[in-house]
Amino acid sequence: MVISSKNPVHSVLFLILTFFNAAGLFVILHAEFLAMILIIVYVGAVAVLFLFVVMMLDFNFTKSKENVLQYMPFGIFIGVVFICELIIVLINTRLDLANIQILANPFLNFSDMTNTQALGSVLYTDYILYFQLSGVILLVAMIGSIVLTLRDRPGVRRQVIGEQLERNASSTVLKEVNSGEGIDI
Amino acid sequence: MSALTLISDNIFDIFIILMWSMVVFVPILVGVILAVYGDRKIWAAVQKRKGPNVVGPFGLFQVPADGLKYIFKEIIIPDGADKILFIFAPILTFSLAIAAWSVIPVQAGAVLSNINVGILYIFAISSLGVYGILIAGWSSNSKYPFFGALRSAAQMVSYEVSIGFVIVTVLMCVGSLNLTDIVLAQKKIWFVIPLFPMFVVFFISALAETNRPPFDLPEAESELVAGYQTEYSAIPFVLFFFGEYANILLMCSLTTILFLGGWLPPLDITPFNMIPGFIWFLLKLIFVFYMFAMVKAFVPRYRYDQLMRLGWKVFLPVSLAAVVLTSSILFFFNLAPDLI
Repeated sequence: MVISSKNPVHSVLFLILTFFNAAGLFVILHAEFLAMILIIVYVGAVAVLFLFVVMMLDFNFTKSKENVLQYMPFGIFIGVVFICELIIVLINTRLDLANIQILANPFLNFSDMTNTQALGSVLYTDYILYFQLSGVILLVAMIGSIVLTLRDRPGVRRQVIGEQLERNASSTVLKEVNSGEGIDI
Repeated sequence: MSALTLISDNIFDIFIILMWSMVVFVPILVGVILAVYGDRKIWAAVQKRKGPNVVGPFGLFQVPADGLKYIFKEIIIPDGADKILFIFAPILTFSLAIAAWSVIPVQAGAVLSNINVGILYIFAISSLGVYGILIAGWSSNSKYPFFGALRSAAQMVSYEVSIGFVIVTVLMCVGSLNLTDIVLAQKKIWFVIPLFPMFVVFFISALAETNRPPFDLPEAESELVAGYQTEYSAIPFVLFFFGEYANILLMCSLTTILFLGGWLPPLDITPFNMIPGFIWFLLKLIFVFYMFAMVKAFVPRYRYDQLMRLGWKVFLPVSLAAVVLTSSILFFFNLAPDLI
């Protein structure tokens, strides 16, 4: 539905539905922390901005549908690759439904704690390096995007909150204007 | 066929679930009606008016009467509107506002579903709330609702960040994401005392998050007619209105749980702990709602750039610094709660 919808806003909404379903899968796997984080981060923040951009776009989407056949072979190729991957994974994995609890909770010695605690106790100890590295990557990406979009435009009148708050009756400029004469500033 | 057998096999469970849903839904319905009434009365009292006083005793039936009026009106769908999304948006807002209530504990054990990640669940649901407004504004296919929706989306996303950090500071003092645990952690002292600056940040952010005055820019009538709900009438409008007030009450109860000790009495001595917990919870809820209503009555509306400045340049650094400060204090004075 994400790719077949005519209207791009509908596509984004279906994408959000997909995120939501993924969160539902996490809940079924007893990974409630991941599910909630997925909703907060992807649905609550990323997809909102996405929807924002798509709603603001002024682009004729009916025209772009005309050359959809041009991209068809490439799309089919990627689809086939993904299906092959899925099939390989399914063949090689023996899904033990009786022990689904073990699958959902790989840390057996943590079985009596909530999965938020389990996640924290490995993330900040064994995998601290990867955690910090991903943080640094995100920071670099953030600084990069700020630098790319920061422009110092001259001649822009900015609101300076401090000056506005400092203004009082004595510093107010009042000019007597006779009616019909106008004024030079 | 299999779906039918699934339903018929579990008909009793489904009935139980429906009953529990009603147990949550009916008090919210009554609460919202009383909240709208109280809001109007407080606002009127500040402005030396009488407020609703004609329908029923003390005008108590004014809100149900208004509701009935909306129910019997015609649902008007604009010509160029996206019909499905136009109807879907208020339903989404309404159901999300109700859904978040299922994890709110009003007393020890008195909670519909006591999940481990309760606070994250509420945060996730309230972050979904922006979609109702965004979809409503877009699907109306009209200028003012669209601007209202964009403003609202930007505002809610901005203030969610600082709400998130405030919640993190509280969680560091608790050591659990469960709402019941958060309340029980305040047995010694309510978090409003050690974390008072965070309480102020949370309260103001909650005002912005629920589009209450002075941050009601999405529906600033002097600029945008009625914002995202301009094109709505009859039942869809009621759903928006109801969802808005249910969200306000939710934020009030969240303030109560996070900072004012939930159902715990102010002092654990005899006359206070005789009173059942949910009475305390209600009293605190009413107190916070009273503050919400008073703010609406005497604070002028913010300008949009001031709103954004407050969110990103004041609250974000303050709450970020508070997270670092709180964790440092907890670490160095060895006050951090025992986890394992």
